[in-house]
Amino acid sequence: MLGQNQTEPLEEMMQQIAEYKGCGTSSEGGKASCGSSSAPEDMAPEVWEKVKNHPCYSEEAHHHYARMHVAVAPACNIQCNYCNRKYDCANESRPGVVSEKLTPEQASKKVLAVASTIPQMTVLGIAGPGDPLANPEKTFKTFELISKSAPDIKLCLSTNGLALPDHVETIKAFNVDHVTITINMVDPEVGQYIYPWIFWKHKRVTGIEAARILTERQMLGLEMLTAAGILCKVNSVMIPGINDRHLVEVNRAVKSRGAFLHNIMPLISAPEHGTVFGLNGQRGPTAQELKALQDDCEGEMNMMRHCRQCRADAVGLLGEDRSAEFTTEKIMEMDVQYDIEKRRAYQEIVEQDRQEKVAARNAELLELEKEYSDVKILVAVATKGSGRINEHFGHASEFQIYEVGTEGTKFVGHRRVDLYCQGGYGEEDALPTVIRAINDCAAVFVAKIGGCPKDELRAAGIDPVEKYAHEFIEQSAVRYFKEYLGKIRSGEIVHVDRGDADIRQGAYIAA
Amino acid sequence: MAYKIISSQCTACSACEPECPNVAIYEKDGTFVINPKKCTECIGYFDDAQCVAVCPVDNTCVIDTSYPRYQAA
Repeated sequence: MLGQNQTEPLEEMMQQIAEYKGCGTSSEGGKASCGSSSAPEDMAPEVWEKVKNHPCYSEEAHHHYARMHVAVAPACNIQCNYCNRKYDCANESRPGVVSEKLTPEQASKKVLAVASTIPQMTVLGIAGPGDPLANPEKTFKTFELISKSAPDIKLCLSTNGLALPDHVETIKAFNVDHVTITINMVDPEVGQYIYPWIFWKHKRVTGIEAARILTERQMLGLEMLTAAGILCKVNSVMIPGINDRHLVEVNRAVKSRGAFLHNIMPLISAPEHGTVFGLNGQRGPTAQELKALQDDCEGEMNMMRHCRQCRADAVGLLGEDRSAEFTTEKIMEMDVQYDIEKRRAYQEIVEQDRQEKVAARNAELLELEKEYSDVKILVAVATKGSGRINEHFGHASEFQIYEVGTEGTKFVGHRRVDLYCQGGYGEEDALPTVIRAINDCAAVFVAKIGGCPKDELRAAGIDPVEKYAHEFIEQSAVRYFKEYLGKIRSGEIVHVDRGDADIRQGAYIAA
Repeated sequence: MAYKIISSQCTACSACEPECPNVAIYEKDGTFVINPKKCTECIGYFDDAQCVAVCPVDNTCVIDTSYPRYQAA
């Protein structure tokens, strides 16, 4: 294993490469990974070149790089029980929801406007609000325009896979090197409870037959992507009681066909969304149920845990949404100067910051190497990005969750704590909501926190920590953990299992 | 008869537009509409009316009874 007294230059270089590429959510034993535990030798140089600045494919990159989606693809060719695209609350964030649809020309202008304003925006994705490949003309026209005007921006798309085998060649021709397929089952018996119908060869096909066709097309499409050398991420929606245990089987099936990354997401389900699952009371998983399933699949392949299940018109870092700054009306008024050199210069600074962060964490970890304990804790972090603890407790719309043990730190997810769109959740109710969302954490790291919430957090058994304000997250987490172990040894504290936490289900207010 | 789209239910997703074998569907004022003079209910082309089969909102593409039943030539 690397990082343990390995001094060979090649090994050292591999480690630097692995860290630099930004996949290292897990620093266990110095191993690099993409939100996971795959060894660096699994990652060919051309692969990490593709993922290192992609916020969705690399957990570490998502602290630094931004993405945007353009909503040029409204039509869909299947119906899912968790999706309803009619409902558009502008303050809501979930897949399939957009505020305005764009033509390819508007989308191209928008991309240039965003790329000039946010130089760390490196990725343009088409994710709907329907299925990009059910709108092939609009999708590929958009790619064509952007690849001409902004050649440094990576293109990607997200599909249900039904039409995928028909378009792999075109995807390849446009140099799209990241494709996401949403695969919720590999068994039609399971699929019939998720997909009421598909539109296939001019017919609406329902039931088991629909799920059988869909899974065949998804597997064929994935195999074709792998053969074409296109990186594939698989998204799966975890639906308790329907496909939760089955997703382990899905994980094996997609890994064996060459998928690069698996992203298991919690079902978002509330009656006001008007989805079948929302209306029939189907619940989503708890935070610990989700984590347990992700942990079970992790031995098999890279797991993504930093997905924010964003809107099909999202703009910005994954944890933020700046789409309101870039409405069609506003971008049409903007005088856009696309300066590729300026973007490159900015990204170089970002790279330096990244490497500094990794070095700081590794230095901190060296001391921990001598110790062994099976104690692991979760810490919640208030951050605005750049991998630092730089957000006020009361301003945080989400907390990032890190697991720390003697083997190192691991990003294991995030919890949204923004206020609910529907009434009834005033200021006085905000704190219990936050506590429920981070209830499984031993501590919360913040840049600043008021006296009142501090006391309430302590009463709930969560340690509010301000002393690492503006420092690197992972380095601080390791420091905190060392102290924590020391306190256990001295008998000052007793390590207890913190239990479970809630995953926020409702719509939120972005402001 | 021809099909019509109940505009209050139309999500303007555009899925029906390219499926129509008669090119009878177009966007107007933020939703999609069917030109009844062009609609053949897909008779002569497909077993099922394509707009009905692909529409994500049930009972949105419906028969417009104010037009006589389409007769295949």
